[in-house]
Amino acid sequence: MQYEAVIGLEVHAQLLTGSKLFCACSTRFGAEPNTQVCPVCLGMPGTLPVLNAKAVDYAIMTALAVDCVVNPISVFARKNYFYPDLPKGYQISQYNEPLSSRGRLDITTESGQKTIGITRIHMEEDAGKLIHGEGADENYSFVDLNRAGVPLIEIVSEPDMRVADEAVAYLKALRDILVYLGVCDGNMEEGSFRCDANVSIRPIGQAALGTKAELKNINSFKFVKDAITYEIQRQIDVVEEGGKVIQETRLFDSTRGVTVSMRSKEEAHDYRYFPEPDLAPLVVNEADVERLRENLPELPEAKRSRFGDAYGIPAYDAGVLTSTRALADYYEELVRLTDEPKLSSNWIMGEVLRLLNGNGLTITGSPVKPSAIAELLAMIKDGRLSNNMAKEVFEEMFKTGKTAEDVVKSKGVAQISDEGAITGIIEAVIKANPENLERYRGGKDKLFGFFVGEVMKAAKGQANPATVNKLLKEKLNG
Amino acid sequence: MDLTSLTVHELSGLLQKREVSSVEAAQAYLNRIASLNARLGAYITVTADEAIEAAKEADKRLLSGASSPLTGVPVSVKDIFCTAGVKTTCASKILERFIPVYDAAVVARLKDAGAVILGKNNMDEFAMGSSTENSAFFPARNPWDLQRVPGGSSGGSASAVAADLSAASVGTDTGGSIRQPASCCGVVGLKPTYGRVSRYGMIAFASSLDQAGPITKDVTDAAIMLKAIAGFDPLDSTSVDLSVPDFPCLLSGGVKGLRLGIPKEYFIEGMDSQVSASVNDALDCLKKEGALIVPITLPHTEYAVSVYYLLATAEASSNLARFDGVKYGLRVGAANLIDMYKKSRAAGFGAEVKRRIMLGTYALSAGYYDAYYKKASEVRALIKRDFDEAFKVCDVIATPTCPTPAFKLGEKTQDPLTMYLSDIFTISCNLAGIPGISMPCGFTKGKLPIGLQLLGRPFDEATILRAAYTFERTAGIGKEKPAL
Repeated sequence: MQYEAVIGLEVHAQLLTGSKLFCACSTRFGAEPNTQVCPVCLGMPGTLPVLNAKAVDYAIMTALAVDCVVNPISVFARKNYFYPDLPKGYQISQYNEPLSSRGRLDITTESGQKTIGITRIHMEEDAGKLIHGEGADENYSFVDLNRAGVPLIEIVSEPDMRVADEAVAYLKALRDILVYLGVCDGNMEEGSFRCDANVSIRPIGQAALGTKAELKNINSFKFVKDAITYEIQRQIDVVEEGGKVIQETRLFDSTRGVTVSMRSKEEAHDYRYFPEPDLAPLVVNEADVERLRENLPELPEAKRSRFGDAYGIPAYDAGVLTSTRALADYYEELVRLTDEPKLSSNWIMGEVLRLLNGNGLTITGSPVKPSAIAELLAMIKDGRLSNNMAKEVFEEMFKTGKTAEDVVKSKGVAQISDEGAITGIIEAVIKANPENLERYRGGKDKLFGFFVGEVMKAAKGQANPATVNKLLKEKLNG
Repeated sequence: MDLTSLTVHELSGLLQKREVSSVEAAQAYLNRIASLNARLGAYITVTADEAIEAAKEADKRLLSGASSPLTGVPVSVKDIFCTAGVKTTCASKILERFIPVYDAAVVARLKDAGAVILGKNNMDEFAMGSSTENSAFFPARNPWDLQRVPGGSSGGSASAVAADLSAASVGTDTGGSIRQPASCCGVVGLKPTYGRVSRYGMIAFASSLDQAGPITKDVTDAAIMLKAIAGFDPLDSTSVDLSVPDFPCLLSGGVKGLRLGIPKEYFIEGMDSQVSASVNDALDCLKKEGALIVPITLPHTEYAVSVYYLLATAEASSNLARFDGVKYGLRVGAANLIDMYKKSRAAGFGAEVKRRIMLGTYALSAGYYDAYYKKASEVRALIKRDFDEAFKVCDVIATPTCPTPAFKLGEKTQDPLTMYLSDIFTISCNLAGIPGISMPCGFTKGKLPIGLQLLGRPFDEATILRAAYTFERTAGIGKEKPAL
């Protein structure tokens, strides 16, 4: 029997607002435990939530970027369950009337392009964090509520993916969009971009869906791929051995590369959702949606194709240069200053990214700004530096933060293009090598390279190669 | 002169003229509390030192001239309002030692107005009850007959005001918890429109129904107190951004031409005959003053109690989840987390609270939500529509506040359903979100107060206050004091 997998993803993305969803506390990551809390996010008696308008804007921007319908009225709901990291005993989320619904996202994998449906995007607050004690504290658990109330959006896909690669491509595309929008930092390790996967299998050709398992704790793209791949095979094995897949939640164990059962459907919570009476229904007016739509930044896909068309660079280059908004901006600034799209692309993809990666930096941390590279490229263009010299100069610029001009001056690197000076060097070289001159003139053309080498050596590598070639030819041919 | 017998506006007049000081007034109340609270159980906590300090500050303000009608006036608040640095128990064991770090909006506004807070009034635990017998600590008693309940859940507030243990109090009303005890104790109780007064810092029972409001010695005081505590609060998303009318200035003007709607569903078989007679006398009085009596119908009234006990308990089951022993409040140690939850909540909550948590949890459960919570929400909309329709043909709706006068302690504790029916006339007002006032309109032969309830259009507290004031003036009602 041949099977196909059916995969749907639920992504939780932390919004990059400065304050929490329902109070004014900071959302900064990594602060001392319980230092970013107030009576509201601690769930103290009598406190009430007040919705963060910026978070709503961010959620709407995300919805628009993936072609969702933004619902004019949506309703916050309480999801009730007991857990020490949930101060109120319920999470404020949205349930049957979410902020937005019915969107789509195009993905590209090795097998081509595909559109993945997006069921809904809704807003909710994050819970706190439990820290289990060690050593003398091993009988205790500690609660850190800094994260409690941090704004999240949950993005639920349709079960449109069939292989793990599609799930990874979907997640990458989605993360790129969120990061481009500036609404999420996309950091999977710190948990600001998290994913749960619903996986089921069915015989190829069958329309009905199989029983799904929900996979949790998959906090990297690699783990997404590993967990889904493992789970698909596990379910096939269960069915092949005559068993039945049961509906359950399974945790991915990344050290063993397997998924293990966490709780079955029977043990699942009854969350007793009901409309949050402390918040009025969220009314989004069309004017606000239009304002946000007009101010949406260009998204990765659109930028990629524009880079190809407008700058005439290969699709590969366009892909690399648009991998982040900051890198794309850097490239566009350099092109604006140099009017050299391909040369700019080569330099960024070559020298700039090589040194950044080598130093563990991203483009925003680059010590060399586009204007400084433009100055350097201008020196190549007007012959003051050769390409190779420019690379050396660039390394020095990167290391010291100096301008190209300063590096050239302090290091004494400058290309000699002056014909008189080069002629002088050529004449000296010819004079010192009379035998080779005879042999060259006798037909040994290959000795031209020898003379070029000698001239460059005498010029300490700084002579303009084109000028050397031209003048040397004249002199040798006498 | 006995300062404690004065109304807020009478005392305020003396304070403004510097004929008495706030410290004198506060001390007079503290003395009276010290001698009577043991019998009445009206206060859970008395903040004598803080009150004297606040009175000293108020005296300075009065001297400087920067004062309000509440400056220097000793008042109390139901123990459901958080008070910074002062324990706030909600009459529950689970919060017996809880000291908030913040003031409820209502408390902050009273303090800003210069009011002197004497302490925290007794109540039914988490405002669940109609007799104040559900206080985890001790019951409050009715000053008119100490064997009888003061009503509830704001029974401590009503008892305190009726017995002159405070000049005025602020209670909360989810299904009648201000109006019913006001009726039982012969004082004025006003539940404002939902959204008129901030709920911030008021411990939630049923969020979509809870509303804070004054319990006072007369109608003028209710207007003064409402003006002080009302108004938009950015910290409460359900508070409404409307300007607050100058209620005390809108009391006069009479009721000539005011259409008084009388719902047939509220004058029912089995109602105490002295109650209906007294209420009818009140209506006659208002008619003589020029009000027009309009028979109306509120056809969905019979469902109100059922709807209320589904919605209020559902919200309560969620609102009370935060009392889990993890962060504050009572924690009973146990071997594991689930047992800690169970033991803490079992020890911390009283029987009525547990009953309502279970009811509400059931109403929200998978498979029952549509039949209970959802259906109740739909019927609630019909009840609200009844009022919208009624207010097309009348300006104020008049009814009894309660079907009977105050009952005896222990009389209904064994039968929760009978207890629930004492709110039968007050519940619809909360479901519809409209304002309602209860004021004394007479006594039974046994000298128990009877209450008249007036309901108004949303955010039209001014009209029900004017009608109440007219009746109070004309009938000369509310001057009598209980003998203690």
